[in-house]
Amino acid sequence: MDYLLTDEQKMIRDLAHKIAEEKIRPAAAKYDISEEYPWDVLKVMAESDMFGLFIPEEYGGLGTNVMNLCLATEEFSRACGGIAVCYAASALGTFPIVLFGNDEQKKKYLPDLAKGKKVAAFAITEPEAGSDASAIKTTAKKEGEYYILNGLKHFITNGGDAETYVVIAMTNKEKGARGASAFIVEKGTPGFTFGKKEDKFGIRASSTRELIFADCKIPAKNLLAKEGMGFIVTMRTFDMSRPGVAAQALGIAQGALELAVKYTRERIQFGKPISSFQGIQWMIADMATKVEAARGLVYSTARMVDAGCKDISKESAMAKMYASDVAMEVTVDALQLFGGYGYMKDYPIEKYVRDAKITQIYEGTNQVQRGIIALQIIKELAKK
Amino acid sequence: MNIVVCIKQVPETTEVRINPETNTLMREGVKSIINPFDMYAIEEAIRLKEKFGGKVSVVTMGPPQAEAALREAISMGADEGFLVCGREFAGSDTWATSYTLAGAIKKIGGFDLIICGKQASDGDTAQVGPGISTHLNIPQVTYVKKIEEAGDKTMKVERMLEEGYEIIETPLPALLTVVKEINEPRIPSLRGLMKAKSAKVTTFTQKELQLDPQQIGLCGSPTQVVKIFTPTPRVGGQMLKGEIPDIAKQLVDLVKDEVN
Repeated sequence: MDYLLTDEQKMIRDLAHKIAEEKIRPAAAKYDISEEYPWDVLKVMAESDMFGLFIPEEYGGLGTNVMNLCLATEEFSRACGGIAVCYAASALGTFPIVLFGNDEQKKKYLPDLAKGKKVAAFAITEPEAGSDASAIKTTAKKEGEYYILNGLKHFITNGGDAETYVVIAMTNKEKGARGASAFIVEKGTPGFTFGKKEDKFGIRASSTRELIFADCKIPAKNLLAKEGMGFIVTMRTFDMSRPGVAAQALGIAQGALELAVKYTRERIQFGKPISSFQGIQWMIADMATKVEAARGLVYSTARMVDAGCKDISKESAMAKMYASDVAMEVTVDALQLFGGYGYMKDYPIEKYVRDAKITQIYEGTNQVQRGIIALQIIKELAKK
Repeated sequence: MNIVVCIKQVPETTEVRINPETNTLMREGVKSIINPFDMYAIEEAIRLKEKFGGKVSVVTMGPPQAEAALREAISMGADEGFLVCGREFAGSDTWATSYTLAGAIKKIGGFDLIICGKQASDGDTAQVGPGISTHLNIPQVTYVKKIEEAGDKTMKVERMLEEGYEIIETPLPALLTVVKEINEPRIPSLRGLMKAKSAKVTTFTQKELQLDPQQIGLCGSPTQVVKIFTPTPRVGGQMLKGEIPDIAKQLVDLVKDEVN
């Protein structure tokens, strides 16, 4: 399908494609096994200005543009969902600063993030606060010119490898959700350490760690927006980043589809390529149609975000939910098309199934997304 | 250090087929790329510029669409592109091509170093680089795998040979041809691509270059292509088994049969 991309968008997509094919795909299996952080690949992305795609020009980027970010993330994810998420998670950690940072904060943090000299991370999840983000227990207590952070964040993508963290902590427990605030915390701040690195099912090239705050003293000027704005920062950030997760899911699905179609043309059974059998063809048709439908939803949402549309929570949630469900269905079917070989680690397809699964879970489970969508639809109807 | 890089646009080798009836290359729909060996030349020139300053000029001879190759080189970090283009140059062999490129390089002027890929992936002659240096009457060092030292007046390089390498010091200006061991070409940046889109590419025609008409194009080319053909694919060999004296005897018999 022709999405009528601009020349600039095509340029970004083609360059991301080149990086994916030349640098990401050849490294995908290695990092899936070793679980090392793929610094060498991220360096190539950085030198190609890819980290500038989500940062305004005045702070060294190429302009914050969610569509461009989606195009890059989709291409990277086609080759490796794990390496792609290292990139996309840096965007997630950067958005709060782009959206809510004051000029001083932006000047201090964004230029290095735009150049990819540093990687960012966003930290809200805690052991007992996943979908229920209001249950977070990490506290930030103001003492003069400082805040003192205490608590534990877990499942933090880029945790330990990122230099710049946006952390959500409670500044006023009594106020519940309205008592949360967002802070920029730099790696190396005394009292800020990392816990265990998670051993994951998929996206193994990316790092996922606990962040431990024990009387971690940060300057008061590291507060993003105002006290009590923590959840608004989070919601607005997720509205921007969900199309990116959707693009990641879309890329994984597209990558799996391509590998599967290629394989069905090569695999001979009963004297013919299996792609000549109707049963296989119908699977391919269904997979490709779902991927295209997901792409339409993802691109449309990204374009809405860039056009400055308000109230994009519903569309953002739809794109994320649908694309990730498609990613799961399509990767499982792709593995099926590989037959017994697909189940073996010697073939690249089983990794796509593992990488796809997380996209239904993180940045709001798909159950949470459905809740957001339904609530919005009911609200819209009630207004009429 | 001002560097000129000579590049060639070639068909992507993995996609080239030969028409079995006409024995000509089937170029329709085949993507054109920068000759892979020239990518190393571009990369090395940019690295030298980043280290010592100066300018990288890229030159190619070809049809108007070869401009895309120049823009790609600019997207990697080259400063300017020159396209030698015109009907008069069509049909050039390596002699006429190196004469023409040498003429273009003279016109560009002010160079300290010329870098070429060791050979083009389509013609595989490895003659154009050395030809240019001969026409310009400057030293040449072929198959360079490392630049050890670069000074104002001289350059010390490692030249790859089949069994080891030579270290050669050459006065500048000089021409180097490089092998793939020298570096890993970079992927362009978005800023580079944007710059390349609007960068100026200068076209040189015979009118600007005023070359000897007897030495350019088809009539300036001593080489005539008589025939292009696909070699017959090699069939599987035969494994001889047994003790060594037996094998030797079998082998001798086979050779005798073959000769007879």
